[in-house]
Order: sequence, then C-alpha cells, then structure tokens
Amino acid sequence: MDKCIACGLCAQKCPKKVDDEFNMGLSKRKAIYIKYGQSVPLKYAIDPENCIYLTRGKCRACEKFCPTGAINFDDKEEIIQLNVGAIITAPGFKPFDPSILDSYAYDKIPDVVTSLEYERLLSAGGPYMGHLVRPSDEQEPKKIAWIQCVGSRDTNKCSNEFCSSVCCMYAIKQALVTKEHLSGDTELKQSIFYMDIRTHGKEFERYYEDAKEKGVEFVRARPHTLEPGKDNRGVIIRYVDEDGNVINDEYDMVVLSVGLEAPKGAKDLSNIMGFDLDEYNFAKTSSFNTVQTSKKGIYVTGAFGGPKDIPQAVTEASTAAAEAAKLLSKARGTLTKKKTYPKEIDVTCEKPRIGVIICSCGINISNVVDVKELVEFAKTLPNVEYVENTMFSCSTDTQYLIIEKIKEYNLNRLVVAACTPRTHEPLFQETLRDAGLNEFLVEMANIRNQNSWVHQNDPKAATEKAKDQIKMAIAKATLNSPLKRLKIKVNQKALVIGGGVSGIVSALTLANLGYECILIEKHSKLGGNAWNLETTYKKEKIRPWLNAQINRVENHPKIEVLKNTELKEVTGTIGNFEAKVQSGDEIRNIGFGAAIVCVGATEYKPTEYLYGEDPRVLTSFEFEAKLREKIIAPEKINSVVFIQCVGSRDKERPYCSRVCCTHTMEKAIRLKEKNPDLQVFVLYRDIRTYGTREKLYKKARDLGVIFIRYTLSNKPEVRLENGDLVVLTTDPIIKLPVKIHADYLCLASAIIPTNNIEISDLFKLSKNTDGFINEAHPKLRPVDATTDGVFLAGLCNYPKSIDESIAQAEAAAGRASIILSKDYMELDAIKSFVSDNCDGCGLCVDVCPYSALSIVEIQDQDGTIKKRISADPALCKGCGLCEATCPKGGILVHGFTLDQIEAQIQTLLAN
Amino acid sequence: MAENFEPVIVGFLCNWCAYAGADLAGVSRLQYPPNMRPIRVMCSGMVPPESVIQALKLGADGVMVMG
Repeated sequence: MDKCIACGLCAQKCPKKVDDEFNMGLSKRKAIYIKYGQSVPLKYAIDPENCIYLTRGKCRACEKFCPTGAINFDDKEEIIQLNVGAIITAPGFKPFDPSILDSYAYDKIPDVVTSLEYERLLSAGGPYMGHLVRPSDEQEPKKIAWIQCVGSRDTNKCSNEFCSSVCCMYAIKQALVTKEHLSGDTELKQSIFYMDIRTHGKEFERYYEDAKEKGVEFVRARPHTLEPGKDNRGVIIRYVDEDGNVINDEYDMVVLSVGLEAPKGAKDLSNIMGFDLDEYNFAKTSSFNTVQTSKKGIYVTGAFGGPKDIPQAVTEASTAAAEAAKLLSKARGTLTKKKTYPKEIDVTCEKPRIGVIICSCGINISNVVDVKELVEFAKTLPNVEYVENTMFSCSTDTQYLIIEKIKEYNLNRLVVAACTPRTHEPLFQETLRDAGLNEFLVEMANIRNQNSWVHQNDPKAATEKAKDQIKMAIAKATLNSPLKRLKIKVNQKALVIGGGVSGIVSALTLANLGYECILIEKHSKLGGNAWNLETTYKKEKIRPWLNAQINRVENHPKIEVLKNTELKEVTGTIGNFEAKVQSGDEIRNIGFGAAIVCVGATEYKPTEYLYGEDPRVLTSFEFEAKLREKIIAPEKINSVVFIQCVGSRDKERPYCSRVCCTHTMEKAIRLKEKNPDLQVFVLYRDIRTYGTREKLYKKARDLGVIFIRYTLSNKPEVRLENGDLVVLTTDPIIKLPVKIHADYLCLASAIIPTNNIEISDLFKLSKNTDGFINEAHPKLRPVDATTDGVFLAGLCNYPKSIDESIAQAEAAAGRASIILSKDYMELDAIKSFVSDNCDGCGLCVDVCPYSALSIVEIQDQDGTIKKRISADPALCKGCGLCEATCPKGGILVHGFTLDQIEAQIQTLLAN
Repeated sequence: MAENFEPVIVGFLCNWCAYAGADLAGVSRLQYPPNMRPIRVMCSGMVPPESVIQALKLGADGVMVMG
C-alpha cells in the first residue's frame, strides 16, 4: 500500500468491468479500483471476487503496468491484534432496499430510482458527470416525483416503525438542486408526496418554505401503486388525494426516499462485542449516556445509534471521543513521543539559493509534461543552485536527498514542482525543519493536480504551463522569509456559562477529563429547563438523574460553581481568555483557555388561544407542573386538547421548535394510560416525532388519542361558552367543523432564544436571524462557535431534546479539551502584519471579518505620537482582506505579500 | 482575432475553495484548456485590485478571481 501513488494506471489497464457500487450500480468500475476520488488514503485496491487473476489465474495486467511495483497479489486478509482501552463503533446505516415493496415496482420500472441513486445521478463524479438524465432513455426528466417514507414509518409492508429523520430534508434538497443539473431552459415540475414534512433541524423550516416558494409541490398522500409509462418509460403514480379522489398522474421519473436501517452485520457486531441492540437493531443507549452501549468502554456514534442527520452524527462523534478520552484520561500522553529538530539556521541576510525538485510522480506528471525539459529550464532561472528530477518527491528517500542537497549546496529555499500544497506542503515543511531551515522557505508548483492530470491531451501546452508554474514558484520563494508560528501559553482551565443540563454535563465532562473549570449560573439554582420535564422520550425519569448530576457538579474537586453570577466582560483569545464575572456586588477576574456557552432558552409565553385569560389554558411546562403537583387529575377530567406549533413555524418565528411534538406525545400517552376514557385531542400541522420517537406517535394513536390537522391559514379558535373552554377547528378529512369542550388546553409553545444577545456580544459570536447562536460550520463543526476557543451546547444553539443537549455538551467539552490538553498552542504563521507604510487610516479595520485589527497610538523615533494599526495574530486568519483594502501597502499577510503576488505576475508576463 | 489565438489567463484561486476545487478536478481527471496560470491566495478577498490591473497591463488576456 505504501508504494501506490494512486496514478490510476492499473484501473485504466484492468480488463474487468464491474458494477460500481458507489454509483449504486449506475456505472462501471474496474476490478482494481478506488471507491471514490476523495478516498483516504488514496490507494487502489483489488476486488478479489472480480479480479481475473485471483479468480481464474491469468491476467496480472495491473502488475505489469504499475510504475511503482505496488501490486501484491499475495496480500491476504490479516488478523491484527490491538490492545485498546475503549472502542468506538461507527458502522453507519443501511439504506432500505425498496425491492421488497411490490407495489412500487422498483425492480421493474427503470425510471423508479432510490434517493441514493438519484444523488449519484446528480453528482459530478456520478455516472453522467452531474447531468441529470433518467435511466430508461437517458433523456432529461421534466416532471419528477419523490415518495417519502419508503421503508420508514411503515409496519404494514416492512417492519420499520421509526422515522428515518433525514429523508424530508434530503428530498427537498434534491428537488431544489435538480434544476442546476438540467439544461438551462427546462420547465420543471417537481412533487413531493409525504405524510408529515419533518424539517425540524436548524434553518430547515426556512428551506422548506423556500422550496414551496420556488414551485416545488408538496402533496399530502401516500401513493399506493407505481406503474410503468408507455414503452416502460416514465412512471404512473396512483394515489388518493385529500378529497378522496383517485388520481393517476404520469411522471418522467420517481425517486423513492428510502429510509435508514440498522447496518448489515449489526447483530454480529453486537454479539462479538457483547452489547445490546434495541428493537430496530440499532445500538441501545440511554438518553443520559447517549453514546455508551450496554457494555462499558464500548461506544456508538452516528446512525448506528438510530437515524440521524450529519450535524447530529458529527456532534456524537465528538461525544464518543470525549467519553473514550474520559475513560482513558489517566493514561493520556503515556504513549506519545516528542520529535526534536536541529537548531534553525538564520538565513535572513543570505542571498537566496534555491533548490528545485521536479517530481515525475511515477508517470503521472512525466507522461504528459516533459520533465527533462523542465529540469533544463529551471537551471536557467535566477537564484537556482540545484535542480533534480525525482521519481517520487514525497518518498522517504527523497526527503533524505533533499536534506543532503540543502547541506551540500548550502540551499536556503526549496521549490517542489509536484502535486498540491494542500496535501503535501506539510511534508516538505517538515523536511526543511529536519534540515535546519525555517519551514516557510518552501514553495510548491502544482504541476500534477492542476496540470498533467487536467491537460492529458496537450503535452506541449502542459509543459509550457509547468514552466510558468515553476518560474512563478521560484519568484515567490525568492521573496519568502522565515516565519514564526505564534506560540501561546494555554490556560488549562475552562469557563462554562449556564448551569442547565448542558452546562452541568459540560462541566462534569471537563472535570472528568482532568481539567479544572468554573461553572457560572445567573440563577440561584442549577438545572434550568430540565426541572420542567418529567421523562425523556425513552421514559427515563429526569429529576432523579438531574439531582444526582447537580450533586456531583457541586462536590467535584475540579469544578467551582458560581451561582447568582453573570458574565460582564471578556477579553483575550483562544487558549488565553480573561473574564469579569459579577456575583452580587462582587466582581471577580477569571482566566481560562476555552469556554462553553450553554445559556439555554426559554418557553414562549403565548398571546393567543386565551392564554393568560383563562386558567385552564396552559403552556407545556405549566401543564407538566400541574400534572406533577396533581392539580390536574387525569382520572377526574373528560377532555384535554393540545395545540402544536404555538409560536413556532409562523411568520414571526419561521423555525420548528423540534421537541414539542414528542413532549405532547409523552403527555398524551400518560393521560391515556391513567384514564383511557379521557378524550385527548392533538391539533397539529405536521407531527415531527423524528427517529425512534415515532414509536410514541404510534402508541398515542393506538391508545386512542385523536389527531386533527390544521393549517396556518386556518388555525383553531378557542373561546368561552357559558364558562366552558371550547376549541373550534375543521377536520380536514371529514371537512366539517369540530367543536371540542376541553377541561384543559395545553399549548405546545415555542422555544425562544432570550439569553443570547449579551453572551454573543461578549464573545463576538454570530447568531442566525432567529437569535440562536451559530456553529462555525452547520454540518462539520456543529459544536464550535464562530470564535475560536468557544463552544456551544444546548438550547442556545437551537431547540433540542435533553439527550441531544447532553450529547452536544459532552462533545463541546471534548472539543474544548483539545485546547486545554496543550501547554502551548501553536498558531498558523500565515497572518497579517503591519508595515512601516501604515498611517493608521483604519480602512482595514472595517473589512476585517475577525475583529483582529485595531487602531493604536505609537510614539515615533522623534517623539511624535502617530496612529497605527495593530493586528492580533491570535484572531487573524490570514484572509488578507486588509491587504487588498489598504491603499498604501501598510498591512500585508505573511507568505502572501503584495511583493510576492506581484512577483508571480511579473515573472509570468515579463516577456 | 487570429485563428490560433491562445489567451493567457491569470487565475487567483482561494486556497479553501477554488484551489481545492481545481485539485479535485485533477483527481477526477476533468480536462480543461491549459491557458490559465494559477496563483494561490488565502482568500479571493486578498487579491488587490492593483494586481488585476497589473496583470492586464502586462498583457494577460483575462484575469479570473475565484473564491
């Protein structure tokens, strides 16, 4: 494997074509292959079931053509024994196979595809290079339908009772991006057939509304039959519309939004490892230990713990890492070794002496670009002292060669013409350090990814381009100067702001990882919103758990709890923050290296449905409290009405509060279990009991809870009639008005981010338009805030259930511990710096997106006070907006100075 | 315009998106004309307007700022 350079020659020469499973069998791959272009490590593998040599004993074409001798047919599966202290399982999910549903004829109608097949059809790396055509005749579809809940929420044709959580959103996404994959003028009709639209994630509801506005049609129906169109092209969908009419509608193509099942081999894995699965074969976990399987030390993350989307899976990945690190905290660092480097040679006053390495990359570069010509060309360029062509410039022996030649020729700069600096620059930087040179004295010319690979049919022009790339790199390298990475001492202590469930769990996780932390809470009591909840959706009692956690937090030797305390001021940056906190009249300074923001959110106090006017109209929390205190006795009342989406999913708050449907189900079930004769009505818009929460929805229906749908334009009306609380609504099925006499009305009111304004100002965190604090990246960095060193957990980020808050809190603590585990932190050296040309005009201050610049006053040599910009390297990300804005060359970015940019242009265009 | 006209195009590519995209085009072996000369920058916002003008003045037939 070490020898493979992923040139792809083996696959090119391999005579055996196989269905490409990554493209869902829609295209072919070879018997020697990479799964997809972004594979890590990028190494070709032989598929032994299809390889002609391994199955029939003849061929070996790949071996013959491989330039590095990387093919080894004798490679066998090896059993490797590892000694580990914890195991994290992440086997993912299996997409539901719709071929078992005969009425959808997935196997028979070519233009019925699964959502994953459709995803491949849209992909630039897919079978049609991202240009959408339907399978039957490879024509562009103009009318496409999606059918939701295929293999989800279905106990009739399959046994997947649960909701797969992600399909509504991916179907909407596919519908919205489809147009980009068709010819420009295509008139497109798209319909999504659904039961409930579940866009419960952050910004998802807006996305759904946007799709409606852009003309995507949403049809509330569950199609029962799909039939082929004429000549087996296209698909006829038969369904019953909301008025009870049977409709036959023809579509060019139908996409089945298939659900997420437990992965293949889940049972085997659980048997081998000795942990339990739930009734759907997902790994069994609890709401309080969201990644812990039933076997201590074995953790689960991602969809194996139940269907979930990317942000949730990525969050849980950090949760599992934090949990494993907690278990192993005593052994931390015991197996690490520290590398040493020779003392750095000062080259600042030396004339540039450049060494140039030109890589053949096997034949990846050399079969298109004339590398011999490049060598001769490079020798003619100014300041070049040494040029060498190597077969593989990244190989270990080349690194030794580079070090040797640096010494032999007294080189002080290196240019490597090879692949991309994005993957290989760190390797050559390391080599320079090993040779005693500053690591920033290397430049790369990308003559593979951005040349030989993309100009395969024009060797002459490719060679000319490579020459230009090399001379530009040399021109830039000539101006490279040694740079220092800023090293900051880390204050290995954390500040947790907010003492609700997320704050408590964050603090406990940090403390159990071995770090000191201070937990501040503005109220006199820890626990926050969780005191208002009775059970989790898995029926675990919340209060006993919460009491135990508070007890642990308050008595933990590494945690200091400050109640009645508020954050007043924050300065400093990642690794080294300072804060002023106020408890009563006392103001105290706290130093810390990382912060976790868990300031929570509050329940919306409704202004509608007679709330505040009649004592029988209650919010969800109030209803829960009255049930707990036995003021509401289910056995003594006749009728309870729940109204969903109160204050959510409307014009003012166009987001879904995510938890209310599940909370209503829990309460409705409890009421029905205590008194089966009690009439329970739920007035809803879409029921969003995502994932395995769907079980509760089914149970509520089985217990006889009556669900009546309403729309935003036709909301229920609540009035008093002779002192009776009366709810009026229209039943969409019988299309008749319904009048319900209610003993109590429970309003599932929204979660609103009331606590975020101050905290986001103090830490300079960005918020979305609804006021929830934003993540650094909505999918890939779901617990990092937009300010480095600050992390998020719980409701301040977006409405979420208690188990999701706990997972995020543990993940945030895990992420924070990456900073806290270091004595010193090294920052990148590509940062802005101020030159003598700066006159402090301040134009750059306004454009800096990271607030890294400020105006300071300095004293000149002759004593006059001058204004000047000061750049904080800890905040700067090196984007260079300042450099492009400054009219005087007063602020520049290391490694990308105006001189360096100009030199490249000048060199390129000089003749 | 001459029949064999081959323009010289200077491309400023943001390290985080356009440059990464150009790398991926390579991995995917997507073929395109060899006329562009890439200059890697840390953000398309880093490109000074003067550099665009400088390139055009020195004879570049086009400048692409990608980010």
